Amino acid sequence: MTMSPTTAEPVETIRLRVNGVTHEAQVPPRRLLSDALRHDLGLTGTHVGCEHGVCGACTILVDGQPMRSCLMFAVSAQDYELTTVEGLTRPDGSLGPVQQAFKDCHGLQCGFCTPGFITTITAGIAENPDPDRAEARDMISGNLCRCTGYQNIVASVLRAAEIQREDAQNGDGEEQGR
Amino acid sequence: MTTKMMGEPVARVEDDRLVTGRGRYADDLAPEALEMAVLRSPHAHARIVSIDVDAVLDVAGVHAVYTYEDLEGALAEPLPLLIPHPNLTHGRTQYALAKDEVNYVGEAIAIVIADNRYLAEDAVGLIEVQYEFLPPVVGIDAARAAENLVHDDVPGNVAATMEQSFGDPEADIGGAPHRLTFDLEIERSACMPMEGRGTVARWDPDLKRMSVWSSTQTSTGVRAAVATKLGLDLSQVDVITPDVGGGFGVKIVHPWPEEVLVPMAAKVLGRPVKFTEDRREHFISSAHERGQQQHIDVGFDDDGRILGLSVQFWHDNGAYTPYGLIVPIITSTQLIGPYKLPSYRVVFQSLYTNTVIVTPYRGAGRPQGVFAMERTMDAIAAYLGKDRTEVREVNFIQPDEFPYAHGELSFQDGRPLIYDSGNYPEMMRKAKALVDWDEFEKVRDEARAEGRKVGIGIACYVEGTGVGPYEGGHVQIETSGKVKVSTGLTTQGQGHETAFAQIVADELGVRFEDIQVVTGDTRRSPYSVGTFASRAAVMSGSAVALAARAAKAKALRLAADALEVDVDDLEIVDGIVRVKGAPASQIALGTLAVLSNPLRYAFDEASRAATQFAVGDPTKPPVAEDDEPGLEGKDYYSPMRSTFASGIHIVIVETDPETAEVSILKYAVVHDCGTLINPRIVEGQVHGGVAQGVGGALYERMAYDETGQLQNASFMDFLMPYVTEVPESIEIDHLETPSPLNPLGLKGAGEAGVIPGAAAFASAIEDAENFTITSMPISPSELYALRLSKATDTATERTNT
Repeated sequence: MTMSPTTAEPVETIRLRVNGVTHEAQVPPRRLLSDALRHDLGLTGTHVGCEHGVCGACTILVDGQPMRSCLMFAVSAQDYELTTVEGLTRPDGSLGPVQQAFKDCHGLQCGFCTPGFITTITAGIAENPDPDRAEARDMISGNLCRCTGYQNIVASVLRAAEIQREDAQNGDGEEQGR
Repeated sequence: MTTKMMGEPVARVEDDRLVTGRGRYADDLAPEALEMAVLRSPHAHARIVSIDVDAVLDVAGVHAVYTYEDLEGALAEPLPLLIPHPNLTHGRTQYALAKDEVNYVGEAIAIVIADNRYLAEDAVGLIEVQYEFLPPVVGIDAARAAENLVHDDVPGNVAATMEQSFGDPEADIGGAPHRLTFDLEIERSACMPMEGRGTVARWDPDLKRMSVWSSTQTSTGVRAAVATKLGLDLSQVDVITPDVGGGFGVKIVHPWPEEVLVPMAAKVLGRPVKFTEDRREHFISSAHERGQQQHIDVGFDDDGRILGLSVQFWHDNGAYTPYGLIVPIITSTQLIGPYKLPSYRVVFQSLYTNTVIVTPYRGAGRPQGVFAMERTMDAIAAYLGKDRTEVREVNFIQPDEFPYAHGELSFQDGRPLIYDSGNYPEMMRKAKALVDWDEFEKVRDEARAEGRKVGIGIACYVEGTGVGPYEGGHVQIETSGKVKVSTGLTTQGQGHETAFAQIVADELGVRFEDIQVVTGDTRRSPYSVGTFASRAAVMSGSAVALAARAAKAKALRLAADALEVDVDDLEIVDGIVRVKGAPASQIALGTLAVLSNPLRYAFDEASRAATQFAVGDPTKPPVAEDDEPGLEGKDYYSPMRSTFASGIHIVIVETDPETAEVSILKYAVVHDCGTLINPRIVEGQVHGGVAQGVGGALYERMAYDETGQLQNASFMDFLMPYVTEVPESIEIDHLETPSPLNPLGLKGAGEAGVIPGAAAFASAIEDAENFTITSMPISPSELYALRLSKATDTATERTNT
């Protein structure tokens, strides 16, 4: 551990693997993962809505599992594969299935809670590729949104699963073609 | 032919950046900025004896600490009372940093600027303040009793008393065949946008210019406030609204202390400075709304027709009144709803308490007014044994009675309360059809036979929207043919970039995807008011339509010259001006933009065609006397008065016989906001409003203890609805009664969804339980307690007889 030259606060050099890229940063042990992602790595797509783990806006994927980045320290996230909303586009940069679904279904208004929903649903439909309405509601029941009344977010879950299934079918088709 | 965009459920252009994490919210900006933390009062009412900041001064990473003593000039004066009113005889506002006294838990006392927020918060913890405690006034009962005063110089804690009336309600009520009096109560909630407040400022010493990015509902308001408080010329201050994570009213208040302190510090320190409010701060230092007590006195005939109505209410305005009397004035006027009152009197007192300030939260006093009126309608129906919809229908203003003036009442804009248009009977027909109202009695009886309690509730409302004074639009056609649109009011999720582009596409005849809209940037639109009162679509929608028409007129004039035809023979389709019936004779808007600006210097292919040697009539000046260069249109829309949207909500609930938990079986909405620009966006607004209505009816309240501590200042304890608390689906039917007051027939839609929520749920729970509901929100334990007390009442009655 070294000392930050300006603040005299002890800092650690850490490596975070985010969206397939390894970043190095010097952070104090108390720095929240949400703050490290946003302010040290510049990945501001992850939003902070409450800083006490209730709203879900800061949800990221930690080894594929949705977790609240405001409840983790950056120093303790080094051994994991982290995915933020920025990492959920397709390889060509176009919208990923959940992102596309939110656009198709008007699943967002102000967009502040949206990244947390998108990461949560990404994990949800990976686990359950064909949710019914009740399962879709259950999937998002830990995230707060103040704009949409959730109606179109539920629709977005169903649509995202549909896009993902279409992708899988097309992918299968390609493989069979080869 | 260009596809018509108005009225189409177009997907939003905002979404690509927002779903990929490329939105830019206040806290995403200026990563190099220093950060501010605020020392807030832990006491609801106290005198400040001393503040000791010595311990902070040597802390590494801390750049500055400020208390009231450090504020200079206008910054040392109280913050502005934004909306003065003759009846607000005792208006009070706080200082940017507390001077001598604090009046609510959360009031700003000192600020620290440090390398980052962690260090700033550490330093705040080192400041020592000595307080002399004063007795706090918490709740409307304590404010009315006035045994203690919030402000020494405000007798009775009364900020304002206001009365409005028409006719002779006392005589009409006294002479009516039937009369009812009762008391009602609504508790506090709050906007709770997912993003709190946030401000970033950068001072440029070379240009002597202040740039401010603020999560606000009014960039021009913040600009004026920053300029005034910092002693800068308005032209030295730019305020830009970045992406904003929800507002719902709280962000129309300005300037927040932090909104002037951040620019001050940025200027003094010569470094960008940022303040990002955390959630606890949002609970205790932003704004709340709704808290009121009401007394109703109504006289009516055998049909349930109201003959006279007299309402008295007490409004909790919190510790200060920066937003004037807007909320209680709206309650007092919008209470009338879609009904004809022969006579009406309303008297309110706006009262100080040692709690967070009260300013508009989506609905802005209307939910309370609708609660009063709709509880009255249900009470009349119950008294007469009539269907609740019949009693409402007999009181409705009829479609042929518009414009309809409610006596001499003044609305929140000071203008006469005159409804412009509506069709309330048709709305009722649609609403009843959505839920099969007439069959419900059977459903309820069958459920009761099974030991289940189900009930249906209804609430009607009228919402004054599109309040003035004005908004502007600017439409510029670039030489590329792309169209840049600007309007000054701000966006917090309403999809203005999409909706206003739809309007311009139709008005101008250009492709939707060629239009780019900017809102809330004072560099582009220095004259503007802000986003509140469901006014954005009406005000800026109308303004950009007028601006597009101005740009179109100029384009057609230029094209008529170029093509040597009459203006009336031209049309614009997909950005091409062409002769009707002879489309081969055409010229692109981009080319006209080139021609509109005679140049001396050529810098690219397009400008080469526009040099003085290339264009124009050599016998005339290059720019005509009554013309100006460029292909653009600018206009302002300023209405005579508000336009009135309306709606009906019906909810069917089931209350658990054991736990008293309320579950929603069905929620139906009929909504009339005039001409729809984008039905998908409007429905989204309704969905969100309904969810907030559910919260306000069943879950959300600000739980202050008697010392003025807000005990549920977190998302753990303040119960905002998750998906599990909202209706599984919301049935929506639209009615489109255009407004005659604006060019597109628009009415506002933003607040509607939340307005009748508490009233509709009270009606439904009352129907399920068979006893009167007079206070909202209602929790399962409160409903359970009511059941017990009603059972006791019944038992007592039996004993007495």
